[in-house]
Amino acid sequence: MAKYTFTEKKDTRSGFGAGLHELGKQNNQVVALCADLTGSLKMDAFKKDFPDRFFQTGIAEANMMGLAAGMTIGGKISFTGTFANFSTGRVYDQIRQSIAYSGKNVKICASHAGVTLGEDGATHQILEDIGMMKMLPGMTVIVPCDYNQTKAATMALGKHMGPAYLRFGRPSWPVFTAADRPFVIGKADKMIEGKDVSVFACGHLVWNAIEAEEKLAAQGISVEVINLHTIKPLDVESVLESVQKTKCVVTCEEHQINGGLGDSIAQTLARFYPAPIEMVGVNDTFGESGTPAQLMKKYGLGSDNIIEAVQKVLKRKKT
Amino acid sequence: MYSQPDFIHLKKIATQLRRDIVRMVHACQSGHPGGSLGCADFFSVLYFHTLKHNPKFNAEGIGEDLFFLSNGHISPVWYATLARSGYFDVKELATFRQINSRLQGHPATHEHLPGIRVASGSLGQGLSVATGAAQTKKLNHDLQLVYVLMGDGEQQEGQVWEAAMYAAHNKVDNLIATIDYNGQQIDGPVDKVLSLMNLKAKWEAFGWTVTEFNGNRIEEVVAGLDKAKSLTGQGKPVMNLMKTEMGFGVDYMMGSHKWHGVAPNDEELKKALAQLEETLGDY
Repeated sequence: MAKYTFTEKKDTRSGFGAGLHELGKQNNQVVALCADLTGSLKMDAFKKDFPDRFFQTGIAEANMMGLAAGMTIGGKISFTGTFANFSTGRVYDQIRQSIAYSGKNVKICASHAGVTLGEDGATHQILEDIGMMKMLPGMTVIVPCDYNQTKAATMALGKHMGPAYLRFGRPSWPVFTAADRPFVIGKADKMIEGKDVSVFACGHLVWNAIEAEEKLAAQGISVEVINLHTIKPLDVESVLESVQKTKCVVTCEEHQINGGLGDSIAQTLARFYPAPIEMVGVNDTFGESGTPAQLMKKYGLGSDNIIEAVQKVLKRKKT
Repeated sequence: MYSQPDFIHLKKIATQLRRDIVRMVHACQSGHPGGSLGCADFFSVLYFHTLKHNPKFNAEGIGEDLFFLSNGHISPVWYATLARSGYFDVKELATFRQINSRLQGHPATHEHLPGIRVASGSLGQGLSVATGAAQTKKLNHDLQLVYVLMGDGEQQEGQVWEAAMYAAHNKVDNLIATIDYNGQQIDGPVDKVLSLMNLKAKWEAFGWTVTEFNGNRIEEVVAGLDKAKSLTGQGKPVMNLMKTEMGFGVDYMMGSHKWHGVAPNDEELKKALAQLEETLGDY
């Protein structure tokens, strides 16, 4: 009996759109800004029902970040929407100075992250955004795993104070978490309890980790799957608690290994509890055009890659 | 409510600001005296005549006019103005650019210095922030205005023009921007480094109402800002092209980019202070 199943696939960006619309109803201080990608970011419902609080900025992301910062002066909570590449790399200095250093209550909401953007290719497939954003002092970084969790994370950000980065994606993806599953910023979500190895994943790769767990369980390997949706602040306590039990780790993310979730966990373990670690992620390369499934396979992000990493790390584990 | 300004008093304030500026940059042997001196008259008028503001600082600024300094490197004149307006003790000016000070080299909110609402220094960002703040004022039905100052060299930053398009398109007409048009930047005259060509025509083409005044004549600054205020609420953002002279008030600093970011030595300080009467008492 599978521990998690799904009956439908939905894109995580639609979870963002639904969450933002709901937030718009609940809190009239919420404003949304979009740089000519309203449909792609699924912000249409917010725009339609709250036209006075929706700001079309045109293809001018640097200005959008400054506007978002300025709008918080006087009490608004700004949600910006564009692709992850244009939400981070293109506007890093604007975020750094006007938002992060200035401590503004801006939520940078970023779609089409990672290789699962697909056919548009490497110009748009940002794989460095988590690293850039987590380096900024005071920036919260969240990478939810499916439609329901992205909706929950968006709504949680409405009650969160300070700058935050919310990363999600384009492809249809299994909806495997319950709509009422609790979501707490900064608190790891243990999906499956296990004892042989800790698998920490974020974003789309949480599902791949769950698939890997099912196959590994059939081989008699007990895998603990933890959804580390909040990369910063990292739930160090939960990470250590799991690794002290399993003594080895695999990290999974649709991001460069350099600078991502695995990097944060490796740092934590190196300081507090050294243990063998294998990292599933993109290894210092750019992506390319293709379907999401083809790209996941080619860049080593599938459940098979997670299984391989688990087998490898188990061999390194001190018995 | 309009009260006839006391030009003599505004001039005295500007002179004291200039003393404060040269003493501040001399004390830490760094900072940007040139643009700060050139804008002292503007800051005197802005804070002691134009703005509706409360030195008991509230970051949200509801019911107040807001001011943003986009060209953050002229922080000495802003800090001196805020202190002289009562935002904090003038004695704190002595800590400018020192370790553990709230008076950072470039303005920041991080140390909670009263009067500052966003960090600036990396150029080109202030107009966007001011435009966003102005739109929030509209959402909040707050009738007060938003002011922002930029440098002329700063006009070389692309983000300025993104914001220019946006503010005009969205009829952000509670926004008054000013450019410190002193014609100088670090590497030399703006016309030599990267010419702005016809700046007035550019801003007009972007859909702004453009006014011009001399920023080193108190009477003209008062009239210029009064006029700008009268032009708000008419569907267009307002741009003041304010001609100033970098280093104004200290003869050896005037007319050159040389004093953009250089501090005077002891001898030069003495020479500068001899030209600037102590009007309100040094800190």
